[in-house]
Amino acid sequence: MNDKIPLQEWAPAEVEELDLYEKREKIYTRKIEGFFQKIRQYSGWPLLLGYFVLPWLQWDDRQAVLFDLPARKFYIFGLTIWPQDLSILALLLIIAAFGLFLVTTVAGRVWCGYTCPQTVWTAIFMWIEQKVEGTRNQRIKLDKQEWSLQKLAKKSAKHGMWLWVAFSTGFTFVGYFTPVYELGWQVYSFSMPLTPLSWVVFFTLATYINAGWMREQVCRHMCPYARFQSVMFDPETLIVSYNPNRGEPRGSRKKGTQPSDLGACVDCQLCVQVCPTGIDIRDGLQYECIACALCIDACDSIMEKMNYPKGLISYTTENAIKTNTVEHGVKLLRPKVLVYSTVLCVMASVFAWRVFSIESLELNVLRDRQAVNAAVAPGMVENRYTLKIVNKNDESKLISLSLDAPEALQLVGAKQIELQPAEVVSFPVRVQAPIEQVTGLVLPIVFVISDGNRQYTHESRFIRSER
Amino acid sequence: MTGFWSAWVIGLTIITLILLVWLLFATRKIKVERDDNTTGHVYDGIVEEDNPLPAWWFNMFVLTMIFGVGYLIAYPGMGSFQGMLGWSSANEHDRRAQELEESFASSISEFHGLGVEQLAANDRAVNMGRRLFSTNCSVCHGSAGQGGFGFPKLDDNDWQWGGSPDQIVHSIAKGRQAMMIAWKDILGPQNLPLVASYVASLSEGAAARNNISSVAPADLAKGKDLYMKNCVACHGADGSGNQLLGAPALNDDIWLYGGSLSEIQVSFSAGRNGQMPAHQGLLSDDKINLIAAYVLSLSADQ
Repeated sequence: MNDKIPLQEWAPAEVEELDLYEKREKIYTRKIEGFFQKIRQYSGWPLLLGYFVLPWLQWDDRQAVLFDLPARKFYIFGLTIWPQDLSILALLLIIAAFGLFLVTTVAGRVWCGYTCPQTVWTAIFMWIEQKVEGTRNQRIKLDKQEWSLQKLAKKSAKHGMWLWVAFSTGFTFVGYFTPVYELGWQVYSFSMPLTPLSWVVFFTLATYINAGWMREQVCRHMCPYARFQSVMFDPETLIVSYNPNRGEPRGSRKKGTQPSDLGACVDCQLCVQVCPTGIDIRDGLQYECIACALCIDACDSIMEKMNYPKGLISYTTENAIKTNTVEHGVKLLRPKVLVYSTVLCVMASVFAWRVFSIESLELNVLRDRQAVNAAVAPGMVENRYTLKIVNKNDESKLISLSLDAPEALQLVGAKQIELQPAEVVSFPVRVQAPIEQVTGLVLPIVFVISDGNRQYTHESRFIRSER
Repeated sequence: MTGFWSAWVIGLTIITLILLVWLLFATRKIKVERDDNTTGHVYDGIVEEDNPLPAWWFNMFVLTMIFGVGYLIAYPGMGSFQGMLGWSSANEHDRRAQELEESFASSISEFHGLGVEQLAANDRAVNMGRRLFSTNCSVCHGSAGQGGFGFPKLDDNDWQWGGSPDQIVHSIAKGRQAMMIAWKDILGPQNLPLVASYVASLSEGAAARNNISSVAPADLAKGKDLYMKNCVACHGADGSGNQLLGAPALNDDIWLYGGSLSEIQVSFSAGRNGQMPAHQGLLSDDKINLIAAYVLSLSADQ
């Protein structure tokens, strides 16, 4: 018997401790000018201006855009949205979502790179940083320096300006939900009540922390949209990508030369230095990439200096890179694009229809279910109803009430109701008929209200019951 | 909560908290045997890459735990311990209710001190009264005050307890208790139909409906005799009732419990105990006045 299991010897492996949490490494972004940076600036300014100016506009003696949550009324210029019209808000959100899906499928993360408030405010904060603390290298140096009066001055100037921008942002945001002129006066006279004050402070701090301190951390670890966008991508989606076929092998060289053993990438690291999320685009598509295209601007500037054709890093598609075709073009006839745009069109039409068909008066009829047997005169049968009338107008209305029903059925009591501006009234009414003139157990009846111009109707039932 | 269950909840809560803190710190770092940017974990050939979470994430965990401990000290959560702030949902309810009362009181301050008749002439006051009526009174008296079986109709000019503003306010604030005792044994079962016929004969409408003219005059006279002995003290010789006692008029054609012979007979033979609950304390005086104004306005149209 020599069937021993052969002995195997294992050297104990190197055991090392791994921290599952990692401290954020500060990203020093290098400033870059270029085509895509210009697009961001020119599209950003009008949007920012709109954001800051909109709440101050007036419309018919009231704030033009005001989301009055306590009163549950949204004012958007000439439009007043009541809680009854809430489906409009739902439709708007659906439209926004599908708009985002469609754009993302076609053009990648355009929202992230150009219009997302996180990106825009981070850009503003970076701009301030650059103005106060200087260029990328100066900032790295400044952070390494011992604390000095000069460093303290620069740092406090930066944070002071950040806080000022953050406060303007927070104040403006609260101004969409609270009358903004009142709010401005309260800031000026230090007399803001606790509720708006705490919201202003909250949004100020949120802006300051997110755009000043968190930056790419928000996109990488907090934003859900960043994480589920990959499901909208397909091989024809525009992405910011490095072309390894052309660029590799990378290597440094003299200006204006093209060594035969090297690709077009001069390995200058500029694309890494300008990246606000701190990635190397040459490693391929990464979830951190917000498609801001700063690396394209950076690379193009180098290619220009080297007299190489531009576009080593460019907006392209996965298929274009794979097939190594420069002029691949954008294919729009893809299932995802077609489905998203169809849903978008349908939802937009429904939305438009809902907005244009908002009624200025609303009538609801609730048949009284309690006490079927009311003490009415003998031989009469009576049904009671509660009319709920909503006056969405800014003026009072005199409503006349009538009944579209067989002649025997008569309305008892007041037939005119005066509604105050924006009043909701529950109005009890009674309908009586001599019992022998009521044929059938259940009669359909229609309540009609009229403000002189238009009629509004609501159906109900008249039930014959004998005690 | 008994002492045992209180201790049980406290014990479980503390053990869970300690375990969670331990779990967080114990899994903060792991030992790996390789240096290839993986955690060394392989499941069915799938390698777990080392993608560390941000450190502020860990700090947030710690903060939530500190918050949790602070919360359990400040608010009720630890068994029957009520928390240092003395917060309770009952207190919260009372505070909110008081806030609401105050905001309501200020919104009707223009009506404060006005008499019920003045209020009844004011459309805004009547509108407010109608809303208060819908909330507080319509369950019994109907959405438009039309009443129901056993619940007085309020939109006519017939009043069991009086229709002056003061009497209406009194009815709402202090309540009313009607007392019709059971007369079955006192009158004797054989006499009940006779009295019922006589009572019906007092009202023109009821007399016609119940065909009183076909009742034998002798029976009607017997009924009248019994009525005069037993009922007249409250309901009056002519059946006009007595508002001070809440004794309804019998000579009109308004019947709280039905006007057929059998219904009339049931009412007095078995007795009736109609009750209007007192609303003083449930509703402020201002609210009671507004409701009274609305009730008054209902009958003003008639």
